[in-house]
Amino acid sequence: MNERSQLAEASSGPTRRGAAATAPSPGTPRTAGPPRKSRSQQWAAWGFLAPVVLYLAAFYAYPLYRNVDLSLRNYTVRSFVQGDAPFTGLQNYSTVVHDPTFWPALLHTVIFTAVSLLFQYSIGLALAVFFTRHFPLSGTLRALFLVPWLLPLIVSASTWSWMLNSDSGVVNAALHAVGIGQVDWLTSPTWTLVSVTVANIWIGVPFNLVVLYSGLQSIPDTLYEAAALDGANAWQRFRHITFPLLRPVSAITLLLGLVYTLKVFDIIWIMTKGGPSDSSTTFATWSYKLGFGNLLPQFGPGAAVGNLLVLIALAFGLVYIRAQKKQAGS
Amino acid sequence: MSTHTAPRTRTAARNRTWSKTALGVLFTAVMLFPVYWMVNVSLTRDQNMRKSTPDLVPVHGTLEGYRLVLHQQLPYLGTSLVIGLGSVVLTVALAAPAGYALAKLRPRGGGLLGFLMLVAQMIPGIIMAMGFYATYLSLGFLDSVPGLIIADSTLAVPFAVLIFTAFMSGIPRELLQAAQIDGAGPIRTFWSIVLPMSRNAVVTVSLFAFLWSWSDFVFASTLDNGGAHQPITLGIYHYIGNNNQQWNAIMATAVVASIPAALILVLAQRYVAAGVATGAVKD
Repeated sequence: MNERSQLAEASSGPTRRGAAATAPSPGTPRTAGPPRKSRSQQWAAWGFLAPVVLYLAAFYAYPLYRNVDLSLRNYTVRSFVQGDAPFTGLQNYSTVVHDPTFWPALLHTVIFTAVSLLFQYSIGLALAVFFTRHFPLSGTLRALFLVPWLLPLIVSASTWSWMLNSDSGVVNAALHAVGIGQVDWLTSPTWTLVSVTVANIWIGVPFNLVVLYSGLQSIPDTLYEAAALDGANAWQRFRHITFPLLRPVSAITLLLGLVYTLKVFDIIWIMTKGGPSDSSTTFATWSYKLGFGNLLPQFGPGAAVGNLLVLIALAFGLVYIRAQKKQAGS
Repeated sequence: MSTHTAPRTRTAARNRTWSKTALGVLFTAVMLFPVYWMVNVSLTRDQNMRKSTPDLVPVHGTLEGYRLVLHQQLPYLGTSLVIGLGSVVLTVALAAPAGYALAKLRPRGGGLLGFLMLVAQMIPGIIMAMGFYATYLSLGFLDSVPGLIIADSTLAVPFAVLIFTAFMSGIPRELLQAAQIDGAGPIRTFWSIVLPMSRNAVVTVSLFAFLWSWSDFVFASTLDNGGAHQPITLGIYHYIGNNNQQWNAIMATAVVASIPAALILVLAQRYVAAGVATGAVKD
C-alpha cells in the first residue's frame, strides 16, 4: 500500500506543480517554443480526459443529483413516472428522522460498523504478523485467505444463511454436539445483528490482511534485529516496533474499512432482509427497503436516508484522503 | 523472523518452522470452512439435507444440484459473462486514456479530477442505484443489459483511473520524448508505447472490473429485476426465494458462480494483490 499509494501521490504531485508552472503561459507568450507546446499538450490532455469527465458527469454526478432531487420532493409512483412531484423541502428528512426505525437503524449501523472493524482489523493484523514469518507454504496459504474476499457477496451470504439455518445448519449442529440448544441465528431479533456481523467480518479479514501485510513489509528487519539483541521478546517487539510503525497504514486501513462497511448492503439484505422487525436494519438496508423493498415504494424518504448515508461516508472519506496525503508527504 | 533467536539445533529450528506451517494450515482451514461447506452441501442428496447432524463429507454424494444448474442457470451465467466483459471493455476504454493524461500530460485541474475519483469510490452503491433507477426509468433503460453494463462499470472506473495513473507515471519520460522526436503525436504515443507497456495495469483493471460486475447484486436487483436477461446473482437470489428446499441446487449455483474468483486466484493472484495494495476498493 505504502509505495503504491505514494506512487499515485507522486503522479498527482507533479501534475499539480506542472499546472502551476504552465498557468502564466497564456498571458505571457515569452518564447515561441515551450508555451505553445504546453498549450497543445493541454488540449491533448483534456482530449484524453474528456470521455471519463463526461462519464463522471453522466453516471456519477447526475444520479447523485437525481437522488438529492428525489429526497426534496413528494414522490408517488405516478409522479415518479410523470416527473411532476411537488417540491417539499426537507419534509422527507423530517419524516425519516421521526420514523420509529431511525434510531434503531442508526444504532445498528454504528454497532455493525464498529464491531466489524474491530474484529476485521485485529484478526487481519494478527494473521499479517503471523505470515511475515516465512514458513513453508506461507505464500500459498496467504493467497488462499483471499478467497472470501473474491467470492460474490451473494455466494458468501447464501452460504452463511444455510450454515446458520436453525434446524439444519452446521453451526447449530456443532453447538448441539457440545450441549448448547438451538439458536435462531437468522430469525430471532436477538441474534440477527450478530449473525450478519460475523459474516461481514469473515468477508473483511482478507482485505485487512493484505493491506497490513504489505505495510509490515516496509518495516526494516534491522529494527527487529537490534531489538532482539537488546533482549526484547516477541510481544515487546510487536508493542514497541510493529504497532507504532504501522500506525499510518493502520489508520488508512481502518478508515477505508469504515467507508466500505457503512456501504454494506448485500450481505444483510440476503441473509435477513434487515429483519425480523428491523432487528438487523442499517441505513443501507433501510434505504433500499424504502425505495425498492415494498410494493408501494417511498422514493423520497428512501433517497433521504441514502443521502444521510452519503454524508456520513464522505465525512470519513475526507478524513481518509487527508490521512493518506499526510502519510505520502512524510 | 525465526532467525532472530539463535536456533539451538538445526532440527529444532526445522520443527518450529513446520509447526508454523501446521498452524497456518489450521488457520486457513478455519477461514475456508464456509467455502468447503458450500461445496459439501452442493453435493448432498435432498433426503440428507435436513438431517439433524449434517454429513461432514458428502459420502452419498449426488450431482443432481449441478444437473439443475446446467438445466436452469445457464442463461443467467451467459448474461453475467456478457455484462462482465462489456464492463471490462468500457472501463479500460475510459480509464486508460484518462490515466495517461493524468500521469504524463499534466492537465490543468488534474489534481482535482484525481480527488473526485477518490471521492466517487466512497458513494454507497445503494445511492447510485436509486439515482440510476430514476434516470433509467425516464429513459426506458430499465431491464436492459447495456444499462446494467454502464451501471456496473461505475464500480470500477474510478479505481481503474487511479491504477492506470499510478502505473503509467512509472513509464520513463525519455521514452515518450524519444517518440515525440520521431514525430509521434500524443495519440500515437499512447497507442503504440504507453498502452503496450501498461499490460499489467490493463490485466489488473480488467480482473477487478470483471469480478465486480460478475458479483454485483445491488444494481442487478434494482435495475434489472424484471428483465428477460438477468445475471447470475439474481439467479441465485430468485433460487433462494423460490425453492428453499433444494439447497444442493442453490449451493451448486453458488459454486459455479465462484468459478471466476477461483480462476483469478489461481491464474492471476499477483495482480489481485497489486490491486488491493494500491489502496483498493471493495463494495
